Amino acid sequence: MSVAAAPTDPRRIAWTRRRRALASAWSDLRKDKAGMAGLIILTLFILMAVFAPLLADKDGLRAINSLDNDPWLPPSEFPPMGTDALGRSVWTQFVWGSRISLLVGFAATILAIVIGTVVGVAAGFYGGRLEGVLMRLTEWFLVIPFLPLAIALAAVLGPSLRNIILVIGITSWPSTARLIRAQVLTVKQRLYVDRSRALGASDGHLMARHILPNIAGLVLANTTLTVPVAILSETTLAFLGLGDPTNASWGKMLEEAFQQGALTEQAWWYYIPPGVGILLVVLAFTLVGHALEEVLDPRLRGIEE
Amino acid sequence: MSAPLLELRDLHVQFRNRNGSIARAVDGVDLQLAEGEVLALVGESGCGKTTLARTIVGLERPVSGEVRHRDAPLRYDRKGSKAYRRQVQMVFQDPSGSLNPRQTVYEAVAEGLRIHGLGEGEEERVAGALARSGLRPPERFFTRYPYELSGGQRQRVVIAGAMVLEPSLLVADEPVSSLDASVRGEILALMQRLVQETGVTILVVTHDLGLAWNIADRIAVMYLGRIVEQGTTEQVLGAPQHPYTRALLSVVPESHNMDPQILVGEAPDPTRIPPGCRFHLRCPLYASGEAERLGIADRCQGEDPTLPAGEHVAACHAVPDREGAPA
Amino acid sequence: MSAPVATEPLLSVRDLHVSYPTDAGRLPAVRGVSLDLAPGDTLGLAGESGCGKSSLAGALLRLLPRGARVSGEVLLEGEDVLTMKPGRLRAVRWSGMAIVFQGALHSLNPVQRIGGQIGEAIELHPSDRKGKTSTRVGELLELVGLPARRARDYPHQLSGGQRQRVLIALALACDPKLLVADEPTTALDVMVQAQILRLLDDLQERLGLATLFITHDLSTLVAACRQLAVMYAGRIVEEGPSEEVFAHPKHPYTRALAAAFPVIGDPAFRRNPSGLAGDPPDPRELPTGCTFHPRCPVARDACTSLDVELWPAGDRRRAACIEVLPA
Repeated sequence: MSVAAAPTDPRRIAWTRRRRALASAWSDLRKDKAGMAGLIILTLFILMAVFAPLLADKDGLRAINSLDNDPWLPPSEFPPMGTDALGRSVWTQFVWGSRISLLVGFAATILAIVIGTVVGVAAGFYGGRLEGVLMRLTEWFLVIPFLPLAIALAAVLGPSLRNIILVIGITSWPSTARLIRAQVLTVKQRLYVDRSRALGASDGHLMARHILPNIAGLVLANTTLTVPVAILSETTLAFLGLGDPTNASWGKMLEEAFQQGALTEQAWWYYIPPGVGILLVVLAFTLVGHALEEVLDPRLRGIEE
Repeated sequence: MSAPLLELRDLHVQFRNRNGSIARAVDGVDLQLAEGEVLALVGESGCGKTTLARTIVGLERPVSGEVRHRDAPLRYDRKGSKAYRRQVQMVFQDPSGSLNPRQTVYEAVAEGLRIHGLGEGEEERVAGALARSGLRPPERFFTRYPYELSGGQRQRVVIAGAMVLEPSLLVADEPVSSLDASVRGEILALMQRLVQETGVTILVVTHDLGLAWNIADRIAVMYLGRIVEQGTTEQVLGAPQHPYTRALLSVVPESHNMDPQILVGEAPDPTRIPPGCRFHLRCPLYASGEAERLGIADRCQGEDPTLPAGEHVAACHAVPDREGAPA
Repeated sequence: MSAPVATEPLLSVRDLHVSYPTDAGRLPAVRGVSLDLAPGDTLGLAGESGCGKSSLAGALLRLLPRGARVSGEVLLEGEDVLTMKPGRLRAVRWSGMAIVFQGALHSLNPVQRIGGQIGEAIELHPSDRKGKTSTRVGELLELVGLPARRARDYPHQLSGGQRQRVLIALALACDPKLLVADEPTTALDVMVQAQILRLLDDLQERLGLATLFITHDLSTLVAACRQLAVMYAGRIVEEGPSEEVFAHPKHPYTRALAAAFPVIGDPAFRRNPSGLAGDPPDPRELPTGCTFHPRCPVARDACTSLDVELWPAGDRRRAACIEVLPA
């Protein structure tokens, strides 16, 4: 393309306009109070996970380093969150646990979204026999109860952080695949896809220019809604003792609280923080996800005439 | 007569419905388009005219018969269809739906160029196409999004996006039916100007006979997947031969001088095409006993009339053939 | 417009304004419309998308969305619809005037039989009529040209044209004196459109029904209505007997609109599509003076500042244009 005078370069202006569109989406999002509340909570927890080394010494996770502390010290005697049966600081576990919980949540979600999007787009776009096979597979995964499958997989693969992510990832993509397929089917029938095809576009072009941009918003919103599910799944698996024994997560904290008898000891400071942490993070993701869905999904916004 | 630009030979297009029945949307169409002419394909909805248009641009595949462009058959492999698609472009009924809401006007018009690897001088070409389509100055429209344009402007963008590839045939499916009446004429005038300036051939699919009178050189009337009458616009609208064409013409509010012949029932079902003449169950000649008087009623029931060769012809047993003898 | 015979008008709209709230202030859709309709008369309201004709129809029966602001008077037999109590309004909506919308599919409940839906309307609005509901339902269906046994069908078992007939039967359930038909034939095929128009014409004769017929299709209105009013940007710009308005328009907008409906066979329209440059104005940014001046082919300097009201323009005719003002 010939280099035209800067202000009339259509591509550059198009980028400016895209940035502006993004800015307007952001300002729409800011108007959504619940979504913003979720975003703030989420940012706090992410900051906590990222700056965990500054907030608590990792060595405090090992019982050998906590021999000086008394067991079951309440927060008033051992700020900010007291100690567990081994004398370890609950605060340290909470801070470092957020790391693992969020990491597993994000990584498993990315895996699930990638599988779900590829399957959904392939099934929706190509249709025919491929769609039949992929959708039967999706339904198969969908009807198998999550817990037995995850337990079996975790048992076979062995307990490690990577395997937990893998297990959650490959059990939580089917709903995404179905959602994406449905959206691809609608977009595929739009006249502009026909127009592009009539212009001579290949499948790759249609996919890159028309299908993917029009499902991107849905994928993003769906991602935000899948993370909390993944975090809850991790909690469940860790609570059942299928988590990574070497890493503290909130789920593992709950498991240990249960094992060490925090309930009978009435050591509420051990089981309340991870419980509330999970609750807040899941709530925050859900709030942000729904807000994003409304901002990004043209159907809900009604701009697509 | 020189070789036609586009030729359809015994074209059949079928769809399988959910319940397993087969719709014969296009059921044996022979049609020729000469270079630089405007042909109007008219008929009721469900007559197969849109399917025929989509088959011509390669969006549907025929089950039998062929589409020939400049004497070469349309191939459906990747390379053959890409070269063909540069030559044959389509404008759709709904300009709002045929533009991606996330693409700017510039991107929408440049899309064809990019697909065909014609990047050189892209900006000039896009500007030229927009200007020729009546969007001036073109630069002002480059970065607009479809929702910022009026219906008429959107259709101009779609036309510019098709014409930027300098096609030899433009297939327009009801190009103005979703536009306001006052805007319609402007778009039709644009199409007429494009024919004069670029020599493009236009096949315009429409239900509107007035539109045909406005811009078409020739008219082909389609009924239940088949062309039942064709001829020059003056011949078909001035002296319609087929009873279906006569009925269509008589209910147009603009033709005050005809007694309206309102056909009973709705457009018939392409999954159940009646035997014999496909029109006989709705045919006023047949219903009034006129066919009986002419002694052709049996043929109407049992024999599928074909479209004879010639300039102004109709597929009807009651129409005298070219020798002038009653059929 | 004053009816030729000195009867009391059935419907009299006085200085009607309708506006909607938007982020950027109120959006005026109807800006001071007055019209009269005599008992048994037919008035066609023509206009393009966004001219306010559907807002006008909605205001007549107070069917506008929440937030819409309506002022002026809508007198039905001298009683103002706009100030009626809800109970009285409900009674009037069926027995005084009834409305037939476009989009016959969505106006019917898909899971209830046709007969049930019509019967419900009859029972909710008791009249002096004696006899069983089911008998009345059968009568109504036959009145609109459907066999009485169709009462047992569900909407999806009917074709588009038949559904539109059912909606008309529904509107007639309580013997209204006025029928408001808002684009009743727009989504239908030409032949079915002709069937529905003939039905409306027939009903109007037989029942002495007054009809306000609203559509963008000027040629249909001319064929179906005695009186014609043309709307542009929320106002009536021309009115009078329909044939005369169509044949000899006084307002340049009417002239352009009439020219957009070609007369088949008339050489003046052959290869000569005619439209109007530009698009209807955005109601948020109405042009100064005459709202039509930016698109007007004969605009003068004065038109940018002078907003002409409807002015007598010959026998029973009025137009809102500087050209008809006395010199």
